[in-house]
Amino acid sequence: MASIKLNGQRVSVDAAPDTPLLWVIRDHLNLTGTKFGCGVASCGACTILVDGEPMRSCQFRLEDAEGVEISTIEGQEDSAFKNVQAAWRELDVVQCGYCQSGQVMAAAALIRSNPKPTDEDIDEALNGNLCRCGTYQRIRAAVHLAAEKMEA
Amino acid sequence: MKNLFAPKNSAQPQPTRRQFILSAAAGVLTVSLAPSIVSGAAKAASPYAADFLEVAADGTITVIAKHFEMGQGTTTGLATIVAEELGADWNNVMVRWAPADVKRYQNIFWGAQGTGGSSAMANSYMQLRQAGAAARYAFLEAASKRLGASSAELVAEDSMVKHKPSGKSISFGDLTTDAAGVKVPEQLPLKDSKSFKLFGKHIARQDSDAKTDGSAIFAQDVKLPGMLKAVIARSPYFGGTLKSFDATEALKVQGVVKVIETSRGVAVLAKDTWAAMQGREMLDIQWNTSGAELRSSPEIMDAYLKVAETKGTKVRQEGNAATKLAEANDRIEATYQFPFLAHAPMEALNAVAHIHDGMCEIWAGSQFPTIEQATAAAITGLPLEKVEIHTVYAGGSFGRRATPNADYIAEAVEIAHRLGDSTPVHLVWSREDDIRGGRYRPVAVHKVSASVGADGMPEAWEHTIVTQSILKGTPFEPVLVKDGIDSTSVEGVGDTPYPIPNLDVSLHSIESKVPGLWWRSVGHTHTGYVMETMIDACAKKAGVDALDYRIKLLKGHKRHSDVLAELKAKSRWGKPLGKNKARGVAVHESFGTVVGHVVEISRDSDGYISIDHVTSAVDCGLAVNPDVIEAQVQSSVVYGLSAVMQLQITLDEGLVEQDNFPSYEPMRISQMPEVEVHIVKSSVPTPTGIGEPGVPPIGPAFVNALTNLTGETYTKLPLAEHGVDFA
Repeated sequence: MASIKLNGQRVSVDAAPDTPLLWVIRDHLNLTGTKFGCGVASCGACTILVDGEPMRSCQFRLEDAEGVEISTIEGQEDSAFKNVQAAWRELDVVQCGYCQSGQVMAAAALIRSNPKPTDEDIDEALNGNLCRCGTYQRIRAAVHLAAEKMEA
Repeated sequence: MKNLFAPKNSAQPQPTRRQFILSAAAGVLTVSLAPSIVSGAAKAASPYAADFLEVAADGTITVIAKHFEMGQGTTTGLATIVAEELGADWNNVMVRWAPADVKRYQNIFWGAQGTGGSSAMANSYMQLRQAGAAARYAFLEAASKRLGASSAELVAEDSMVKHKPSGKSISFGDLTTDAAGVKVPEQLPLKDSKSFKLFGKHIARQDSDAKTDGSAIFAQDVKLPGMLKAVIARSPYFGGTLKSFDATEALKVQGVVKVIETSRGVAVLAKDTWAAMQGREMLDIQWNTSGAELRSSPEIMDAYLKVAETKGTKVRQEGNAATKLAEANDRIEATYQFPFLAHAPMEALNAVAHIHDGMCEIWAGSQFPTIEQATAAAITGLPLEKVEIHTVYAGGSFGRRATPNADYIAEAVEIAHRLGDSTPVHLVWSREDDIRGGRYRPVAVHKVSASVGADGMPEAWEHTIVTQSILKGTPFEPVLVKDGIDSTSVEGVGDTPYPIPNLDVSLHSIESKVPGLWWRSVGHTHTGYVMETMIDACAKKAGVDALDYRIKLLKGHKRHSDVLAELKAKSRWGKPLGKNKARGVAVHESFGTVVGHVVEISRDSDGYISIDHVTSAVDCGLAVNPDVIEAQVQSSVVYGLSAVMQLQITLDEGLVEQDNFPSYEPMRISQMPEVEVHIVKSSVPTPTGIGEPGVPPIGPAFVNALTNLTGETYTKLPLAEHGVDFA
């Protein structure tokens, strides 16, 4: 039985030690906002925060999660995340929506570290987040809008 | 299965008898089809009383959507139609998905329940307006009695009936019980287009909130008590079958519960998805490959190219192309090669099946409920009405979730059925399963020879297409395959609007063990590319500007002309370009909609190509939700460009060489051009398709720009095959 700290709470998990956090979070802890897209850190749909840094949960194993703070989209409540979410809604960024948990997680992480990102900054920070619906143009616009909301 | 689809001749059935009945229970007004319309058949098990629309006493309006949401915006679009006609306040409007019931929820273009062919808005438009009109009529009548005012003095707006002379108003919610008693007449007046309040305006998407806080439920997120996760080891060779397997090592993996044989391969069931995947790795399986495709892609392509040297089955013949081409002293000749393409929606295929208490419940992003319900009934031996499909959000599809054999849903149901103990089963495809699993956009080869006349316009054109039939063996075959011609193999060429006096189009349909499928815009994915790059070549031969050339050729086609005029007005076409920059244009009609793009590209000092800007013009009939239309065109640009730039599925001695996004890499945000979408005021008063029609012209518009930049032609896709590198 492993024990991890998730969204501020300590939880126990009965899974093989090499299980990626993606499946621990989804299948064992029933938090389904974190998505499975590729399993090889190539799409970003499974983005979580580990000690505040965006990480691909499909590559982070349960046995390595001891002593770190993990948070998922369900645990986000700071102003960066709220503003990103508000901007996403205002501009109706989503289409199928499956990648969008990862997109907003990555976008909020960008805003926290870089309050006024340029298009190039956005492209660099979000290039690992695939969207097959092609919502990229609105994602760029929404990150800028979120940055404006942070200033307001 | 073939009898499931009975496509209708008339696009919009005209109501000849009273269509809707209104009733109320616990204060909820429900709008349903009259039993005479549902032809007396017993309604399938349904949790809903209403067929199309419910209005609750608290004012909540629930629209029941017969089309699923894969990102294309149907939940918003279908709800907008009802809300507009009813006079609803958009903030009161919700959507839920219809159960599987072909009587009530058939796609009226097909006669079966399903979503595809960019038809959701077009086939629902009149039906949902009429449902909204029935409820509005009833609210006006009920309010007229309460207020003692003539219903002619009343208007329904903002979810209220208002009597403007007196300033009095009653909310819809307060009128639900009274309205239920109103008899709706046979002919319902529909709102005049001048008084539209929602159509053509920006309104918020229905699904934005749930899709930005992680709460939206996809099939991947459905969890039932005691549910097991399942993955299947399928033959890595197309057409291969299971010979034998040994599950000893798989069963030792922590979390693995069971390994069973299915008709699609060996299923590993486990307590979590990871364990199921790890268990599958440990299976020892022998495949029988005697009937399988064991060739490599170059051999397959060579076989297509050889066939393309001969004329195929006649598709269209005008004048005498062969003679005219023989006489021409200058011909444009090209042979095009298109690869297999996987759809790769972000949510790979998956479904939950639960067989219990004499019924089968399915949770899926259900695209063809009629086929899926019938297939599940056949597998389980249950009657149709005991198969209940719970539609949830689909994480993309692009055609992949619409299959003629219920594909992954059948797999889930089969596993649950074979377990035989009412354990819920969640069948999951990995990304590798998705990329290697077939049902690709088929390989296609086009051989074209064309000449222009003294006036510079196309004079003769011979066009041979070689591809595999998508529709053969599907429920669409009886209607859409005629005289050996699969219409989806030739759409966009056989029906080209370009006036070519000597035209000869023929088709070879190739049998393949690699299963094919409609891929966002189907045959137009290759036909649009060929037509629009060839037309550019003709324009060059004629020495005429590529946009003007099309304007001249298509002057008899109003919608094409309007789109081209819009492109000319709104793009920077004809304006000076810097060094190492170029523009290209293309226009194409598909799914009842005309889209044109102007693409601007540049080449950096290292030779890398960037796509800088796209101006799009679209005529999709009545623009119900312009914001969704813009999003769909932007989406089509990304989807189409990804494929043309760098996507292909190839085989090496039968084995798929790609496996995941690193080897099947779609466009990323850093490659995204600015896409500016202009919606043309249409001469068509009802909505036409929008999910797909932006795709066909984007590839050729881009490649025409590339040809203008480099002087080269690009006939083998993806462009990586020509050594084109992208920034």
